[in-house]
Amino acid sequence: MSVSRIESTFARLRENGRKALIPYVTAGDPDVESTLAVMNAMVVAGADIIELGVPFSDPMADGPVIQRAGERALRNGVGLADVLAIVRRFRSLNQDTALVLMGYANPIEAMGRERFIEVAAAAGADGIIVVDYPPEESVEFAAAVRAAGMDLIFLLAPTSTAARIAQVARMASGYIYYVSLAGVTGAGHLDLDDVLMHLAAIRAHTAIPVGVGFGIRDGATARSICSIADAAIIGSRIIQEIEAEPAQAALRVGRFLTEVRRAMDTTGEGAS
Amino acid sequence: MPVAKAVRNREFDMQQTSPSFADYDLPDARGHFGAYGGIFVAETLIHALDELAGAYDKFRRDPEFIAELDDEFAHFVGRPSPIYHARRWSQVLGGAQIYFKREDLNHTGAHKINNTIGQAMLARRMGKPRVIAETGAGQHGVAAATVAARYGMECVVYMGAEDIRRQAANVYRMKLLGASVSSVESGSRTLKDALNEAMRDWATHVADTFYIIGTVAGPHPYPMMVRDFQSIIGRECIEQMPAMVGRQPDYVIACVGGGSNAMGIFHPYIGHSEVRLVGVEAAGDGIATGRHAASLSAGRPGVLHGNRTYLLQNQDGQIIETHSISAGLDYPGVGPEHAWLKDAGRATYESATDAEALEAFHTCCRLEGIIPALESSHALAYAARLARDLPRDKVVLVNLSGRGDKDMATVAERAQQGV
Repeated sequence: MSVSRIESTFARLRENGRKALIPYVTAGDPDVESTLAVMNAMVVAGADIIELGVPFSDPMADGPVIQRAGERALRNGVGLADVLAIVRRFRSLNQDTALVLMGYANPIEAMGRERFIEVAAAAGADGIIVVDYPPEESVEFAAAVRAAGMDLIFLLAPTSTAARIAQVARMASGYIYYVSLAGVTGAGHLDLDDVLMHLAAIRAHTAIPVGVGFGIRDGATARSICSIADAAIIGSRIIQEIEAEPAQAALRVGRFLTEVRRAMDTTGEGAS
Repeated sequence: MPVAKAVRNREFDMQQTSPSFADYDLPDARGHFGAYGGIFVAETLIHALDELAGAYDKFRRDPEFIAELDDEFAHFVGRPSPIYHARRWSQVLGGAQIYFKREDLNHTGAHKINNTIGQAMLARRMGKPRVIAETGAGQHGVAAATVAARYGMECVVYMGAEDIRRQAANVYRMKLLGASVSSVESGSRTLKDALNEAMRDWATHVADTFYIIGTVAGPHPYPMMVRDFQSIIGRECIEQMPAMVGRQPDYVIACVGGGSNAMGIFHPYIGHSEVRLVGVEAAGDGIATGRHAASLSAGRPGVLHGNRTYLLQNQDGQIIETHSISAGLDYPGVGPEHAWLKDAGRATYESATDAEALEAFHTCCRLEGIIPALESSHALAYAARLARDLPRDKVVLVNLSGRGDKDMATVAERAQQGV
């Protein structure tokens, strides 16, 4: 298998001394066409990788903002097959921006794991995050995802032990998603020193890029995170823009991310 | 004391078994019951589950812990619960003899307290001053609030907004006991959403909080741990039945929502191959109508709430809303050990509709002078159906898992509608 789109994205950024901007959007909120418009606006604003959320009825690891987005999408009847259709349409117009599907295990199992991997890879997805598949329950799944040319991205948390980090590092590819706070998406505020300490622990075990999510809400927090991490992952804050004015979703998300991107790029390396 | 001895001889019990299930020792180290169970949670909860599994593994063998649990069972819960021969009902049916395991006589009125006592004792030993729980009908919430009061712990109970409306009396009981009841407004605003919210709370307050799950579901070690605490029910039966009828029963019957009262009475009997185990799910308006809660009878395997098991779900893998007249059975999943027992053929799973459960409820009130919980009434309905056609020397043991005082409003409402 050649170098994955996620890998080449990080390689290119490294050469240019820049960090990755990874925004998240729940597919189908408020509707499928808006999601595609939001994704295109993300690209224009400078997103390097897009995490596309698969709606699920029981999003155990999400806070109220992303829960609401999922509920709106489900009311529109958007399921995994529709999300994969969005991937296909996005990829037909864009060959450069990496796309990661993020969701929970059950919709994937309902479709069938092999079939999901086959269809996702053919549609043009580059990575998969299954929030409730920890490494020990996904050895075969990880191998099948890799064999199809995609990355299986794992989460690490402040509570992850050294042994756990080593275990995840052995299986992870693409990037590692470091959840900067105990809790659910959309919670609390960032403690930069704490994040720095944990990133050092993770990097002792792996050379693959580490993105930080949970608690990034504006250019300033994204800039601080990127002074120590390889990527800033932004989710709930984007959903809030969509929620505030669904008819102007793409415009508002584009405006917000343009500001974040500018803040990330104007600092230069290592500044904080 | 026989009960205490039964607790200590837990492992020994497994040796008096028949060939096929004699060496039953599931789950494995990562909580798998064959293809079911396991740990399917976000990384934020992994450390908490490891910590819990370690603590439980240590204290389950600790003589001091076991002695304290026996003492609490005897003096706070009121164990052992008796076995009662439902003579009049058996006579009217004209078939097998029906016996009740009287879990309805426990403190707080159901089997739920067996488990909350055990988990709260563990929480104290782990130094967690705050406990949280999910609840549907409110029975587990009341049992959790009760032990939190008993041990001086802060307690937050998550309950769906819809259930809070339907179960006002239990909400008040929890508040009397000092717990705060947190209304869950997400999803379908019922038990499954309360469980999601409790998991989110736990992920956020993992350092000082212990999550007391009310049934044999959730990520490992919960299905095993809750089963172990509830197994006191079956261990008592194994001692009581020979004294009462000279042998073990031919059938053991229990209702199944998440499945904790059923696992509690089934587990010690798994090795006794001559004893048939039957779980009874809630068929609601009838399985063909789609308005039911019969996950094992009508669901497909999938992943929810941290484990792999049978689930009621649509084609897209979204969990669907369930229906049962008994809020305690109104859950779209089921404990993974039941999924395994079903596939292995060691237990069979039947169902009873709302109407059948109500009929059994009324019959039990009038013929036996016992007001059963609507949950338990599902087991009674199937037991009556079965006993009718069996010879008179057969013995059917039903787990009467709770009393029906909490169900007065529901039953009265149905009576007004002419049901």
